[in-house]
Amino acid sequence: MYEFNYHRPASLDAAASALSGAGEGKIVAGGMTLIPTLKQRLAQPSDLIDLSAIADLKGISEDGGSIVIGAMTTHAEVADNATVKAKIPALADLAEGIGDIQVRNRGTIGGSIANADPAADYPGGLVGLGATVRTNKREIAADDFFTGMFETALAEDEIVTAVAFPVPDKAAYAKFANPASRYAIVGVLVSQGAGGVRVAVTGAGPSVFRVTEMEQALASNFSAAAIEGIAVPADGLNSDIHASAEYRAHLVGVMARRAVAAAG
Amino acid sequence: MPSVTMTVNGQQVTRDVEGRTLLTDFLRQDLALTGTHVGCDTSQCGACVVHVDGKSVKACTMLAVQAEGAEVTTIEGLAQNGELHPMQAAFKEHHGLQCGFCTPGMVMSAVDLVNTKGEASETEIRDWLEGNICRCTGYHNIVKAIQAGAKAMRS
Ligand SMILES: Cc1cc2nc3c(=O)[nH]c(=O)nc-3n(C[C@H](O)[C@H](O)[C@H](O)COP(=O)(O)OP(=O)(O)OC[C@H]3O[C@@H](n4cnc5c(N)ncnc54)[C@H](O)[C@@H]3O)c2cc1C
Ligand code: FES
Ligand code: FES
Repeated sequence: MYEFNYHRPASLDAAASALSGAGEGKIVAGGMTLIPTLKQRLAQPSDLIDLSAIADLKGISEDGGSIVIGAMTTHAEVADNATVKAKIPALADLAEGIGDIQVRNRGTIGGSIANADPAADYPGGLVGLGATVRTNKREIAADDFFTGMFETALAEDEIVTAVAFPVPDKAAYAKFANPASRYAIVGVLVSQGAGGVRVAVTGAGPSVFRVTEMEQALASNFSAAAIEGIAVPADGLNSDIHASAEYRAHLVGVMARRAVAAAG
Repeated sequence: MPSVTMTVNGQQVTRDVEGRTLLTDFLRQDLALTGTHVGCDTSQCGACVVHVDGKSVKACTMLAVQAEGAEVTTIEGLAQNGELHPMQAAFKEHHGLQCGFCTPGMVMSAVDLVNTKGEASETEIRDWLEGNICRCTGYHNIVKAIQAGAKAMRS
């Protein structure tokens, strides 16, 4: 690891000014992605700004018809939270399925979505539930947040503060996990709520995407049978040692049907 | 160099460390607590698991400065007055180890499991060990040890 200056500001404003004042500043949340990256010397930030002392960024609350999860809330906290379990059990399941308990005890929702790993679970959760990302500057719809592989709509010095999830009528997440890391080879979140039906796929492509054909079929008949014949083309999907693009395309159908069946 | 203060196995320690010092290196090199092992150093194997504020974490994927103000427990902190912790005793009794390299992390994970969930089924135990890799035992006796250790911890 290259040396850096370490900061642990106690407020969001102090974090934002430390970030903009640094030569090459980088935020550290749970560090589950960033620290391995630094260890491999794949990044050389001049300054590391640790968000862990900012109380406002932690915790889960209800806000009207939404559940708002602070950026520094860990995966373990989301998985265990009584409100999330009662209102959006699909989201608690998704968080519970991330990595292992040690990763869940440190890794955060803000870090996961800012990192935008194509195989991460939360991008599927945010897009599948029609969530809104809150930052220190604005609000961004999940559909506009994930822009590509490891790419988001965040500006260089923008900090995710929370994610607001509208409570759906029903939802479920089905994942075909990599047996070693548990990252999604393919993960599909299906939901039905005020905003209609959403089918979001993570792991399969360079970035999370929606399957509109399935959404339309489910809108008139919410059943696994309704999407039985809908195939997702393999073109442009990821192909690696874990799964070919064709296999991933096949898995999208299987996981989508499982999610619909589980959502009931 | 930044200074860091934390409580390790009940004792408060303050040291000057580089920002980039990993918690594993801090424990092993600065504090000579070499029970925390480094297997992969890439967040996969769990040999480095310690408790930070009561929760199990991989110390190879955490900076020492991130533990500022925290309560850290390592495998050395489990035994009390020369008596093995019930989970350690169960690993010994049920032969939950062969080479022993993964054992400190396994025991720390197992204690967190019992503290978090209380009772756990065999499936839940195996699931909880997702981040702890053992290259020797085939896990069978580790699971048996944890079942026995959990019982002993509750009684
Ligand atoms: C062994 C292992 C298994 C894993 N398995 C899975 C899995 O199955 N599924 C899955 O989805 N993930 C998995 N992960 C990743 C894990 O979920 C991480 O928690 C996540 O990718 C990053 O979150 P973090 O809080 O650790 O972020 P960090 O590593 O601290 O930061 C990641 C990036 O986000 C930026 N960032 C962090 N917080 C913010 C913020 N609030 N605003 C703006 N930018 C920010 C940082 O600057 C950095 O670039 C795994 C990780 C490991 C080590
Ligand atoms: S040494 Fe930390 S997980 Fe392997
Ligand atoms: S006992 Fe040898 S690695 Fe587990």
